Amino acid sequence: MPSIVSVSNLSKTYAGGHRALKDVTLDIAAGEILALLGPNGAGKTTLISIICGIVNASSGSVTVAGHDIVADYRATRSMIGLVPQELTLGAFDTVWNTLCFSRGLFGHKPDPAYLEQLLRDLSLWEKKDSELMTLSGGMKRRVLIGKALSHQPSVLFLDEPTAGVDVELRKDMWALVRRLRESGVTIILTTHYIEEAEAIADRVGVINDGELLLVDDKLALMHKLGKRQLIVELEEAVGVVPDALGPWALDLSADGSRLTYTYDPRNTHTGISGLLQAIREAGLLLKDLKTTQSSLEDIFVNLVNTKQ
Amino acid sequence: MNTSAVKVIYKYEMLRAWDTLLQSFASPVLSTSLYFVVFGSAIGSRIEQVEGVPYGLFIVPGLMMLALLTQSISNASFGIYFPKFTGTIYEVMSAPVSFLEILLGYVGAAATKSLIIGLIILATAGFFVPLQIAHPLWMMAFLVLTCISFSLFGFIIGLWADNFEKLQLIPLLVITPLVFLGGSFYSVSMLPPAWQTVTLFNPVVYLISGFRWSFFEVSDVSVGLSLLMVLVFLAACLLVVWWMFRTGYRLRQ
Repeated sequence: MPSIVSVSNLSKTYAGGHRALKDVTLDIAAGEILALLGPNGAGKTTLISIICGIVNASSGSVTVAGHDIVADYRATRSMIGLVPQELTLGAFDTVWNTLCFSRGLFGHKPDPAYLEQLLRDLSLWEKKDSELMTLSGGMKRRVLIGKALSHQPSVLFLDEPTAGVDVELRKDMWALVRRLRESGVTIILTTHYIEEAEAIADRVGVINDGELLLVDDKLALMHKLGKRQLIVELEEAVGVVPDALGPWALDLSADGSRLTYTYDPRNTHTGISGLLQAIREAGLLLKDLKTTQSSLEDIFVNLVNTKQ
Repeated sequence: MNTSAVKVIYKYEMLRAWDTLLQSFASPVLSTSLYFVVFGSAIGSRIEQVEGVPYGLFIVPGLMMLALLTQSISNASFGIYFPKFTGTIYEVMSAPVSFLEILLGYVGAAATKSLIIGLIILATAGFFVPLQIAHPLWMMAFLVLTCISFSLFGFIIGLWADNFEKLQLIPLLVITPLVFLGGSFYSVSMLPPAWQTVTLFNPVVYLISGFRWSFFEVSDVSVGLSLLMVLVFLAACLLVVWWMFRTGYRLRQ
């Protein structure tokens, strides 16, 4: 896939001296959903804000479809839609007027048919004449998405789109994001919900303390860094792990009834057969067995902790 | 040029005035009428003429300037400050619009509103005194230039202010005194010589003097100097706005 957004050696130091981004380089492929994952204050919003033209970079460069975001800002900004994190909307405008405003601001002629379809897709058509201050938080979030899509962008930035949103709306939002991707829109979303990245992203970038720690295909990332765990439940609790089981470096649960063995599924020999045999030989009786795949969350916590 | 963006910003700002019709247009008309009652009728009846012009008529240009300056600054400063305050400015900043287009939209709308207010006040004055305008074209030129310059000045204040107090600070503490002491209600020649000299440092004097000349052909300073001062102020405001936009002052971190 050709890249649509190219970020090269991007750094940002704010006036107060805070280094929000440190030499970030990132290529975003056309048509993908990229999730930027990171804790609060990691630099996710700064990165998005620079690409969209709201914040000036201290050094480095960004191109969108080959156009520089500073020298050729009209071309790049025309292609980008931004849904900000905060519910920033004028209080007294109506839903319809605010969408018309956004479309005009981006240099597009009025297109009532397109805006009507957009509002219908966002389940907002019935609210088109309502004042924004009368809408619920979830509706306001959808209005912001509508505003960002009003000028038919090819790249959409969603800054924490589901922060403070209930489960049902979150699922709706994910469905919307998938539909947009199917229509050819490239989507970059920031989130600190691992579940979100896991559910909808094609690739995941992990950002912490202004540094992009890694960017990889979601499945490859989970495969590469994901560990599996074998959890062995015992018929009778033990006080300590028998010496014979030492080579497997098992973790014993606090109540002594569960042994956990962490292994790398990519190894030819995972050591499971030997472990099960050793357990039997040590005279322990098995009650149950289960394996778990580590989630993105485990991977993320691991990465962030390792860096710190 | 993204003319569509200029149009939507302009329209949005004009609609905002329409939504607050009473505050935008009725309030300046009411306060001007009160000035006419107090200064024009009550006090004016005891002052016969100033430089050959009946007092009630003499104060018309000054009153218009008083309203124009305060309204231009207040409209333009609020127009840009409020989206900054609510955060909705993000959309303008991320849109494919140049600073000139932003300026045309916001300042254009603020200046238009002031111009309308100025003309409404002129019409209101017509109910109190028989109007006479010696140079209508010059009157309009001064009117338009003042609306644009002070809307630009208001825009600068709106960009600079980072709280509501600062938004009001300059209009209340600087502009209002300068207008009152700038010959709105009197001729500078009525002051003692020392105060006349001091007054010449007040830029509003030149504005009111030139504007008054377009009505009655009487002025405190030469009309050319008045025009020059307005143009210098306009150029200075443009320069400051250009610098603010170039550096992203209080807009782009």
